[in-house]
Amino acid sequence: MVEFKRSDGRKLDEMREIEARVNIIPNADGSAMYRSGDTIAIAAVYGPKKMHPQHQQNPAKGVLRCTYNMMSFSVSDRIKPGINRRSTEISKITEWALEPVVMLDDFPGQVVDVFIHIIQADAGTRCAGINAASMALAHAGVPMKDLVNSISVGKLDKTLVIDLTKEEEDFEEGEGPTDIPISMTKEGQVTHFQLDGKIGANQLKEVMDMAKKACDKVYGIQKEALKNSLK
Amino acid sequence: MIQENERKVAVPGEILAEGEDYLPGEWTEKREGKIYSLKYGLVEESGKLVKIIPLSGTYTPRRGNVIIGKVENITFNGWVIDIGAADNAFLSLMEVPRYVNKDALEEVMGIGDMVIAKIWSINKRGIDLSLKSRGLGVIDEGVVFEINPNKVPRVIGKEGSMIKLIKDETGCNITVGQNGAILINGDSIENELLAKKAIIHISDKSYIKGLTEEMENFFKENKREQSLKEEKN
Repeated sequence: MVEFKRSDGRKLDEMREIEARVNIIPNADGSAMYRSGDTIAIAAVYGPKKMHPQHQQNPAKGVLRCTYNMMSFSVSDRIKPGINRRSTEISKITEWALEPVVMLDDFPGQVVDVFIHIIQADAGTRCAGINAASMALAHAGVPMKDLVNSISVGKLDKTLVIDLTKEEEDFEEGEGPTDIPISMTKEGQVTHFQLDGKIGANQLKEVMDMAKKACDKVYGIQKEALKNSLK
Repeated sequence: MIQENERKVAVPGEILAEGEDYLPGEWTEKREGKIYSLKYGLVEESGKLVKIIPLSGTYTPRRGNVIIGKVENITFNGWVIDIGAADNAFLSLMEVPRYVNKDALEEVMGIGDMVIAKIWSINKRGIDLSLKSRGLGVIDEGVVFEINPNKVPRVIGKEGSMIKLIKDETGCNITVGQNGAILINGDSIENELLAKKAIIHISDKSYIKGLTEEMENFFKENKREQSLKEEKN
């Protein structure tokens, strides 16, 4: 098989350059920024605080409420910000990805608000958002079992590559592109898995191995960012 | 494990210690013989016990806490008070150690007034406050501001050493509420603002060791600046 070449010269299992920081929004209880190449996400956490409207209160445990939004200038053609089909889906996905690690049992009748904004988008925004939100939750002092790390694996024709860019997502040759965003904890427990395209069962195992390796790197960067904020 | 001048920081899910020799303390959990952190904060080992001192997070009310709150509403038998937690607290008129006219509760405390109170019970129905103790009551003058409630222990210091230092240096009377609200009452605005600046400095530097010495330097520096200013004038 001919060696597959990526347009930006990265190796197949090489991620984009990652930068992470916490405490970027002084007003929030916790905040974080996560950048992967040209994709930048910021997250702010408020709470735990009393849930309003009251009918959404859960007397048994707290509620995690995530809001994902893309800034109007995050892509080259202006995108209409606010609630739409796509942002509603990603908000929900983010909640599901983070809920297993956040200890919501301690906050009955309360809500933890997470606001995620994409400042600049170059594919993999939901993964960047989840990574930023996970750091912001930890920074806000919300009790958690673990941090969540997220990465997208892609299949371009028949080759597996990690951390797709927008250009790669629009790949048209052969079998076309397949995008697989995965979120997991440090221990490798998967909290979120999506599949947009087609893939065989054997190759999927390979995908999981690649994702685990990449998530370990993401975890290292998240941990460092949290620790460095106190220096 | 812990270095002398830099304290160890843990993130959620980090393994703090392994083996049967250690016991899990506050904000930690034992799973399969390993002690995991459940919060972002400083690691503290005292003997066998490993615990996390959180640096951030909202206020969790505890029984016995002295807090500074704001009157939010008046009901027929007491006051609803915002203490900076998710739930509002209730101060019954029975818990006020003076005569209260039932038809004119606002004469004792009106909406928006600040009050120093003690939490005497927390139950399913809510948080109950009391004024029946020394030093509690309505605030009539001074500066009230808020810091992160997790930094309150550092502001007070070991056996009150830090707060005593600030009181001595500024000559102000300071009441620190466990919910992070702080009342400063001094003879001049300058001294009150200096005390406020000192407390905010502590909450910014709360993670370093030798904080008392840092604060002594802070006051020395401040005095020098002030004498320089006076010379100019």
